[in-house]
Amino acid sequence: MVKATRKPLEQIFETVKAYRRVLVVGCGGCTSVCLAGGQREAIALADELTTCARAAQVPQQYDSFTVERQCNPEFLEGLEDRADSVDCFLSMACGAGAGLMADAFPAIPMFPALDTMFVGVDLDVGFYEERCRSCGTCLLGDTGGICPVTRCSKGVLNGPCGGTREDGSCELADGIHCAWHDIHERLKVQGRLSQLLIVRPPMEWVDRGPRVLIQKGYEGRYPAAPQKAGSR
Amino acid sequence: MKSGSNLEKVLTAGHFAVTAELGPPAGSDVEFVHAKAELLRGAVDAVNVTDNQTAVVRMSSVAVSALLARMGIEPVMQMVCRDRNRIAMQSDILGASALGIRNLTCLTGDHQAFGNQAGAKKVYDIDSVQLVAMVKRMRDERRLLGSDEELAGTVPMFIGAAANPFAKPYEFRALRLAKKVEAGADYVQTQCVYDVAMFAEWMKAVRDLGVHTKCRILAGVTPLKSAGMTRYMAENVPGIIIPDAIRKRMNDAPKGKGAETGLAICAEIIEQLRGIEGVAGIHIMAIEWEQKVREIVQTAKLLPRPILS
Repeated sequence: MVKATRKPLEQIFETVKAYRRVLVVGCGGCTSVCLAGGQREAIALADELTTCARAAQVPQQYDSFTVERQCNPEFLEGLEDRADSVDCFLSMACGAGAGLMADAFPAIPMFPALDTMFVGVDLDVGFYEERCRSCGTCLLGDTGGICPVTRCSKGVLNGPCGGTREDGSCELADGIHCAWHDIHERLKVQGRLSQLLIVRPPMEWVDRGPRVLIQKGYEGRYPAAPQKAGSR
Repeated sequence: MKSGSNLEKVLTAGHFAVTAELGPPAGSDVEFVHAKAELLRGAVDAVNVTDNQTAVVRMSSVAVSALLARMGIEPVMQMVCRDRNRIAMQSDILGASALGIRNLTCLTGDHQAFGNQAGAKKVYDIDSVQLVAMVKRMRDERRLLGSDEELAGTVPMFIGAAANPFAKPYEFRALRLAKKVEAGADYVQTQCVYDVAMFAEWMKAVRDLGVHTKCRILAGVTPLKSAGMTRYMAENVPGIIIPDAIRKRMNDAPKGKGAETGLAICAEIIEQLRGIEGVAGIHIMAIEWEQKVREIVQTAKLLPRPILS
């Protein structure tokens, strides 16, 4: 899932202090799961900002409202009733959700309260690690489930580079595993080391504006979409 | 001849080749380049020009290689994958070719976090193995990556790569070199060797794969200047192994004799490397110590260098 973290309170306050009525919009999706932008965090942020405003003697009113997911226009409809009484939105969704909210209410300024970090996994409660760069060409089947695009510091496809340390860590730091070292160990366990002998050609990066995805079976519904730049 | 470079001629004629590294200035001083290059003239067969090594901004390897070529000193241009995408790399390779550069060593590159531009966005659009294959395609098929259109002119490059026998996973390192050779590497320059026994073991694996018959292997050496440098290299530079015996000798060297001891060790290592089957030459990486290269080559009885037409 998408992992995000809240920006510093002072920075958020500086961004929105010029607006009188601020609506903090939480998201019940990924940012709720990673404890950054769900209902609980939205209420807390509105409270903290209210305290900031009082301390700074700025006449402001903070409310909060949490939608099921900000990355779907249907769930944003619930905000329409409130839009008339809002001077700016403070979104606690990931960048995708925050952007969609800005599109849904183009006349109202939207500011992100979170920094979107990565697509990752839960190592523990409140402890996450990046595992996918959404490159669009999943290689995990060839690499024992360890992603070289994401987990190799250099994104090398024919690794490992010459910087692997004695303990199998990356040249960058002890705490970072060398992805290719781990791939080698994993494939060895599986008896599939021959996978590593293949010279992998350059990736065909799809880097032409926002990528579009239409699942199989839905093509007929969106006849114009496949021609859009960046689709696959 | 694939490139007609001096390095290719020397290796093809069966001579034990000698290359050395020249670090470009962190500035625009041409005289600095001239002075360093003169230290190496006639002492080596070709001079490697590093490409923003350790991710510190320096004069570009294309420019310094061109300056060397203009001086009549053969450059080996190094190119890393960190800073340029495939468009810029192919463009620079065409430019390098036009400027008379005939050797290209293809490298992954040190991570940007090590240098003076830690906030830079890395590129790594292609990796070093893919870069080798790309240059080979440009040279042998006169085609750009993913294009069937024929290039105007030729790209006569002697294609090189790096190999590090001293980084984990050890058992894969000879196979990784085999991949680079399969991709098109004509020669390889290794990480600096201090542990000759470990290097010899890697060379055996390389020979067992038959790789030494398809690719010329130049063993890397770096003379140690002091006990401090030895400790730093051993403890902080990933992928370098310095055996305890060498560390002890550097440590025990009397005050003021560190450099002398380091050069003596370097000479011994070169002597041992020459005895290993499949080693076709040495690559001297005298870090900011280019003035010692001639002495090192002389001590190794590798002077004068062959002059081939």
